[in-house]
This record gives sequence, structure tokens and C-alpha cells, in this order.
Amino acid sequence: MTHQIRAIGMFAAVFALIALTGFTSSWNVALGIINMGLISAIMALGVNMQWGYAGLFNVGVMGFVALGGLGAVIVSMPPVGEAWATGGLRVLLALAVALGTIVAAIKLWGRMAPGRARGLAMLALLVVGFFLFRFLFDPAVEAIEAVNPAATGYLGGLGLPVLLAWPIGGALAAGAAWIVGKTALGLRSDYLAIATLGIAEIIIAVLKNEDWMTRGVKNVIGIPRSPVPYEIDLQNSPGFVEKMTAWGFDPVTASSIVVKLCYASLFTAVLLLLLWASQMALNSPWGRMMRAIRDNEVAAEAMGKDVTGRHLQIFILGSAICGLAGAMMTTLDGQLTPGTYQPLRFTFLIWVMVIVGGSGNNWGSVLGGFLIWFLWVEVEPIGLWLMDVITSGMADGSALKTHLLESAAHMRLLTMGLILLLVLRFSPRGLIPER
Amino acid sequence: MTKNAWQDDRGNKDRSITNPKPPSDAEPVRKGGKAVKAEGDSPFLIGDRMTGGYGTGANILNDCTVAVEKGEIAVIVGPNGAGKSTAMKAVFGMLNLKSGSVRLDGEDITALTPQDRVAKGMAFVPQTSNVFVSLTVEENLEMGAFLRKDDIRPTIAQVYELFPILKDKRRQAAGELSGGQRQQVAVGRALMTQPKVLMLDEPTAGVSPIVMDELFDRIIEVARAGITILMVEQNARQALEIADKGYVLVQGANAYTDTGKALLADPEVRRTFLGG
Amino acid sequence: MDPINAIVALLNFVVIPATAYGAQLAIGALGVTMIYGILRFSNFAHGDTMAFGAMCTILVTWLFQSWGLHLWVLPTALLALPFGIAATAALLIFTDRAVYRFYRRQKAAPVILVIVSMGVMFVMNGLVRFIIGVEDQNFLDGERFIISARTFKEMTGLDEGLAFKTSQGLTIVTAVVVVAALFWFLNRTRTGKSMRAFSDNEDLALLSGINPEKVVTYTWIIVAGLATIAGVLYGLDKSFKPFTYFQLLLPIFAAAIVGGLGSPIGAIAGGFVIAFSEITVTYAFKKVLGYFAPGGWEPDSLMQLLSTDYKFAVSFAILIIVLLFKPTGLFKGKSV
Repeated sequence: MTHQIRAIGMFAAVFALIALTGFTSSWNVALGIINMGLISAIMALGVNMQWGYAGLFNVGVMGFVALGGLGAVIVSMPPVGEAWATGGLRVLLALAVALGTIVAAIKLWGRMAPGRARGLAMLALLVVGFFLFRFLFDPAVEAIEAVNPAATGYLGGLGLPVLLAWPIGGALAAGAAWIVGKTALGLRSDYLAIATLGIAEIIIAVLKNEDWMTRGVKNVIGIPRSPVPYEIDLQNSPGFVEKMTAWGFDPVTASSIVVKLCYASLFTAVLLLLLWASQMALNSPWGRMMRAIRDNEVAAEAMGKDVTGRHLQIFILGSAICGLAGAMMTTLDGQLTPGTYQPLRFTFLIWVMVIVGGSGNNWGSVLGGFLIWFLWVEVEPIGLWLMDVITSGMADGSALKTHLLESAAHMRLLTMGLILLLVLRFSPRGLIPER
Repeated sequence: MTKNAWQDDRGNKDRSITNPKPPSDAEPVRKGGKAVKAEGDSPFLIGDRMTGGYGTGANILNDCTVAVEKGEIAVIVGPNGAGKSTAMKAVFGMLNLKSGSVRLDGEDITALTPQDRVAKGMAFVPQTSNVFVSLTVEENLEMGAFLRKDDIRPTIAQVYELFPILKDKRRQAAGELSGGQRQQVAVGRALMTQPKVLMLDEPTAGVSPIVMDELFDRIIEVARAGITILMVEQNARQALEIADKGYVLVQGANAYTDTGKALLADPEVRRTFLGG
Repeated sequence: MDPINAIVALLNFVVIPATAYGAQLAIGALGVTMIYGILRFSNFAHGDTMAFGAMCTILVTWLFQSWGLHLWVLPTALLALPFGIAATAALLIFTDRAVYRFYRRQKAAPVILVIVSMGVMFVMNGLVRFIIGVEDQNFLDGERFIISARTFKEMTGLDEGLAFKTSQGLTIVTAVVVVAALFWFLNRTRTGKSMRAFSDNEDLALLSGINPEKVVTYTWIIVAGLATIAGVLYGLDKSFKPFTYFQLLLPIFAAAIVGGLGSPIGAIAGGFVIAFSEITVTYAFKKVLGYFAPGGWEPDSLMQLLSTDYKFAVSFAILIIVLLFKPTGLFKGKSV
């Protein structure tokens, strides 16, 4: 009982902090924090499943989040007909060849007897496959990227509603997680951490460089919102302006708040659904088995549980949730900017949320998501204010004062690190501990 | 779930981020303690009425006493799980005692760390992982003499004299040696400090009977050189034969204490512990 | 057919850069492997430790430069290096006392230490950004080249130039010296042997009178030296930018794992394996093959297997391939 009261108190405190931002600066900022807080909470739920339920160390969250973003582009952007005509099928064929080569190589490895012949055959297959792939792929990519490079230069998407992109983004992440998990968990010892660290960098490299698919660093902007209205449409709608003016609001501010509220309700619905599902799962026989494996793998294995299989399952599930959150985030931003994906922000910050919130506790992850995101946003102005205070006694224009004021922005990472260290040291089970 | 949140690894076995080698299970006495002059008359080495266990777990030792006189051999025997090895570890300071004391040569050393006890002239050969497998035989011996500042070469020569095979294998990694040879390295490493007391935890575990006889001979040789020996043994009968003093432990407490010969002759001990 | 020019081009564009990069990775990986062997966890803060060490060295270099202090044709940074190492060692020992020691006393699971190192990583990253900013910093002075491409062409009369930068030469020489010194220390000195012994068997080290806290302190000092040297050499060779150092974490971990975590020789081998495969696979072989091909058969395309942006993919692929065949890395067993 005290446990619940404590948790409720924590949530109340965090939302009071966010509300305070609303009162002191603006509700636009506060709602912005809530929206990204909701998305962060979902990412934290995904990581918590892997680390909290199963002790899997995923340091490639960034990659799965980015794949979700890719899903949003592929699903919702309108297709570029000309690009499809010049090279679309050829690219697909090239990818099919690549996939076929890899599958054939794996099959060949399994079928042939070990020995030098097997190695040579496999090498030959891979080399031939690679050159065939490049032969098909390179001209097609060149053709696609030549189609109006300033505006498109890529294949575009399927032109479907963006809400559909959320599960598809999750599925893309799940697919990548399957490949990673199958390889890394299948090795004789577990090498998941380095594998996820690597795959995340590779996914970002792909997004940055495969312009035919994502426009690379030229970014995809203007991703359709579908159910959520555009601010400009609201401002142009006489009914909306009239109503808001009647209630005493500025229509421009109101339009952006309404849009944010729409997103907030969509995201809340997703979060609640996921939270309900993961709580149910945790208390089901499946969840009990997961905990049994986590607490004593040897015993669980002796009882005939397929430990690697279960680990793979939960790794895919957690990564899919990260992908889903990634697709939601890209929808919220309305753009995919591969250059902005950085491990500190998209992998390690999520870890801070999980640890601070409480490993193994879904409610803790949600709390951690909101709290840490709030701090991430607010530490910058606080840092600036702090530096202002510190430097107030210094002479204007002194080099140290300028440097301190300029560097205030970097207080953010330092603070996140300190918070993580303090929580680990003094409250190692997090703010809402696992029971 | 463990009580200590920092020890909960959630079953993580990721080799790419954590070293899988087993952690140290010892809870050595903390730094800072000093040896104090002991009152009254007591044996050369005594673990007196020791009570304690690992961490916050249940007590393994209950008012347990083991002692040995200078230059003699004392042997601790008893059934599995009787706390024989724990008693040794407690005497060596690898375990925090809840009550009781350890005294050596007229000094109370209960508060000393294992390193400080090494400096006081105690040496301990654990039952398992008792050599540095990746170090050469000679490096193992050098590590044994880590605290010594004087010339250790004469002592190395003495160890090679006692165990001639080690001289031939001096440049080989200890991990590549056979079980019996490893035990010799382990005993050799402990002798490098020129200890007053040598503590052996089941030195003959897992070696063939011929090697076992050989090892017992060497141990007697060491004792004749004036080194006091405290030893835990599985092969109770053979060990008691060479023992000046024998302790039979049951559930962390003293069950029988007498000279080795007397224990061997005691029908009760014979029936319950020596198999008739 | 013009094999001499081809070989020169290969040396110039692949062998020399890869050797220098490999040496930098190797020294970085040595630091990771030392911590893994002695403290039993992979240190996520290692990239940022390198950045911190390089930053301190740069600051001292600037100070020396402002005094007009130079080191003949060599970079002034070499003169500042000991100060950088000292500052980094002080920071690492402070971090150990303030952060890690508590967890050692609690006998924390190594994976908890990994999470702790994430926190340290954030703090160090923030610290470096706070002090020196996120921009590129160039601090290389002195003679830029041992042999410049033009001198080489004039000397040999070949079409291809061979440039050998001072920073590359310095990297290779320093790496040889550092590795030799480290191995001498680990294999010949009493303290070095005690560190190997501790890494091998903690309990037995304790029984031999080896003080764990001293071993840990020495480890951090050595790691500070290795990280600073790796960071400075990388910064001299390329340029100093805090974020690049953070990203070096992946190839460095990959090198340490490919070589076999905990094995110093493995870390060195791993560094070169990763560096050579990264550069070979992402190099455009058009020129080299052009010299080899008979007249009229020169390749049209770049003959580049993968774009340079996929260098991470290469380290990763090498890592997976090695682990598939040798699950404990190339050099197993010998611990620190």
C-alpha cells in the first residue's frame, strides 16, 4: 500500500513540475514535454522489458528508434512515380538478390561438409552475389537519386495513413532485432551488447547514405499527419478562430495547443494500451517464466525452458516497442532527419530513464521517461540561469564569463550523468522499485 | 532476488561487457585493524570459539575452536558441509567473525586483514583455484613472496628442492600442469613467504592415490622443518595418522577433539566418520 | 602494367593510414581490455576518457605554444602529453574513489558497473564539451610530413606520390614504445606481475598479500596513460572533436573483443585487424587496379566495395565472423 502511495506521489510530483512549466513559461512548452515524455516512456518500456524482465543489455536503442522513423517515411510519404519508373523494380530486384545470396550462403554452410571446399564455395557464392547485387543496384540508385534531387530523389513511400506506420515501424525494428538476436544470442557466449551497439551505428549509416530510400542527410520533411489537423488549417478555419476568440484565447497559440493535445491523446492511448499489455504479460505464466529465467537461468534450463528462445522473444518484443515509439516520434516531428540520431540521446538517455525509474517496473519506466525528459528539456535554461548567477560578479566581457555562459548548454549531459550516478548509488532499485 | 540491489545482475551473461570469471566469494576483514598482545597462555595458533558466516547469511561456524601448537600438525576432518573450509578461512581473516577471536604467537590478530596475516607469517593454500593459471610456475612462486623485500632466490631454490619437478617446469604456465603438479605449485607458493604457519585446505582433493602419498610425505617434511601445519582433509584416516591433533567438526561446531591416534582409536569416531 | 606505382598507391592510401589507425585503436583497446581484466567490466566511458586526455594535452599545448615553446620539428603536443596523462590519471583516480570503489566494496555485479560507467560517460562527455566545446580543434604543429607526396615523386620519378605524415610516423613509433613498455611492465616488474595475478585469481592474490586497491589504482593510472596517448595520437592524425571520440568506442570495443577480451596481445591484434579491414573494404581500388590492368582494361567504376560511411559495418561484420569461429576471440586465455 505504501508502495502505491509512493508511486502515485512520484507521478504527482513529476506532473506538478511539468504544470509549473506551463504556468511559468508556456503551455506550449509543457505540452511539448508531455508529448515527448509519452514517447520516451514508451521507449523506456521497451528497454525495461529487455533489461528489467530478462537482463538483456541493449545499447542499440537508437537504431530501433530510427527504423521506426524509417517506417513512418515508407508508409506515409506519397510515392514518387518517376523514381519508381526509372529504377524502383531494379532496386527491389537487387535487394532480393542480396537477400537470396545471404540465405543461400547460410543454407550452403549448413548443408556442405566442413572443410576447405565449403569455405571456398561459400566465398565464391558471396562474391558472385555481391557483384550481381552491385551491378543491379548501382545504376538503379543513380537513376532514382537523379529524379528531382532537390525535392525528392528517392522512391517515396506508400502514401498510406501515418497511423499505420506505427505498427509497421515496430515491425521493422522487430525484424532487425530478430537478425541481431539470432546472431548474437546464438553465439556460444552472449555478445548482445556489442552487437546492438554495432547494428545501431549501421542502421544510422544506412539511413544517412541510402538516399534512394530516405533522402539521407537531405532529410524527409512534411510527413503527413492524417488524423491530426495542421495548425495552419485551424487558423484558416473561421469556426475555430471564432470559438477560440470567444473563449479568450489567441487563435495562433490555441491552434498549436490543440494539435499538441491531439497528439497527446493519441500517444496516451498507445502508452496505456502498452502498459496494460505489459502488466498483464508480467503477471501471466509467461511473465513468471521470464522472471524464473532471469533469477536462475540454470534451474530454468534444467526444467526444460528454452532460455535462448525466450530471450530472443523478449528482445524482439522490446525492440519492436522502441521502433513503435520511433515511428510516433517521427510522426510528431513531421520529418526524418538521420543526422540527429545520436547514441547519447537515443540509447543512453533511455537507459537513464529505465534505471532512474526502476528496473523491472513498468510504472517506474513511465515515470523515468517523463522525469528525465522534463529534466533534459529544463536543465538547459536552468543551467543558463545558474551560469548567470555564477558569473554575475565577474567583469562583463571577461573571457571566463563568456566561456561559462556559452558552455551552459553543455550542462545537460553532465546533469544526466550525475542523476544516473546518484540514483544508482543511493536508490539502486530506482524511484519506483520492482516488488 | 538478492538482498543487495547492486549484486542483482538480472541474469545478464553478456560477455562483451562483463568478465565471466567468478567473483571473489571472500569477505575479508577490512583494513585498519591492529594486532594486540593477547592475555594469558594459549596455543601457538588458535581460532577460539569462532561464530560467523558469509554476508548476512546464517552462521556456518558455531562456537568452533581449532588450535595447533608450534611445529605440530593439526587436522580438521568431518562430513561434507561441516564448515571445515569455512573454519580455515575464518582463521585466515577471509570472513568477518560475529564473535570469537584468532590468536597467533601470543597476539590477538582477529582484526587483521588477510594481507597483514601473511605479513605475520601465515600462509594459506585454498582447495580450488590455488594457482595463478596464466602465470608461469616461477611467477607463481614470486607472487607468493609478494610481501617480502629481501632476496627470494634461496627460498625458490628450497621449493625446487622440495618439489624437483617444478624446476623443470618453471617457465611453463601453471594452468598447463597436471593436478598433482598444480598442488605442488600451490604449496610452493605458500611456502615462499617463509611462513610460521601453513594452512592447507584439502591438499589431496582430486589427485591420484600415489600422488597423494607423495604429497603427505612432503607435508611431513615441511612440518619437520619447523613449520606449523593446520590442514583440512577429506581422507580422514590417512590425515589423522600423521596428525598431532585432530578436530572433528559437525555443523560448524566441535564434535570430537583429541590427538590423531586417539581419534583413530575412538570407536565412536570410527563408526560415524571413518566408516568402521 | 605498372606494379611499382600500384604498390606505392596501395601503401599511400591503405597500408600507412591503416597502420596508424590500427595503432591508435590498439592502444585504445589495450585500455578497455585492462579494465575488463582487472575490474571485470567494459568501460563505456573509455572514448570520453580519451577525449578528456586529449583535451588536457591540447590545453597545455596551447599554453606552451603561447610561450613560444616548441619541440623542434615534432608537435608541441608531445611535450604536453605527460601533463595530459597526469591530469587524466588524477581524474580517473578521483572517479574511482568517488564512484567505483563503493561498488567494489558492495561486490556489485559487473553489469552494474557497466551502467555506472554509462553515468561516468555522460559526466565526462559533458565535462569535455563544457571546457573545450564541440568544435574541431587543431593542435598539430611542427613539420607536417616526414616525406610529402611531391618530394617522393621528385625523388623516385614515379607517377604516384607517397605521403608519410609526421603524425603517422609518430603514432607508429609511440605505439611500439608504449606496447613494449606495457609488456615489459606486466611481465617483468613485481607490480605488473601482481596485476596479472590479480586479474587471474582475485582470492589467491589476496592470500598472497597483494593489495587489491593498489592494483586497481595502478590499473587506472595505466589506463589514463593509454587513453590519453591514444586520444592525442588520434587527434594529431585526424583532428580533435569530442563526438568522434565517443564514436571510437565501437571500433575499440570491436578490436578488444576480436582479439579476446582481457588479452593485451589480442587487443593489439584486434586493433590492426579492424583498422585494416575498415580501410581496405572502404577504399576505392580504381587507381591501384588501373596500374595492374593491361592497357585499355582499366576499371571504370571506383572499385570500392563499400562507401566509407559504412566503416562501422565492416568492424561489426569482422567481429561477428571472428566470434562465429572463435567464440572467445583470437587470443584466449592469457589474461592481463
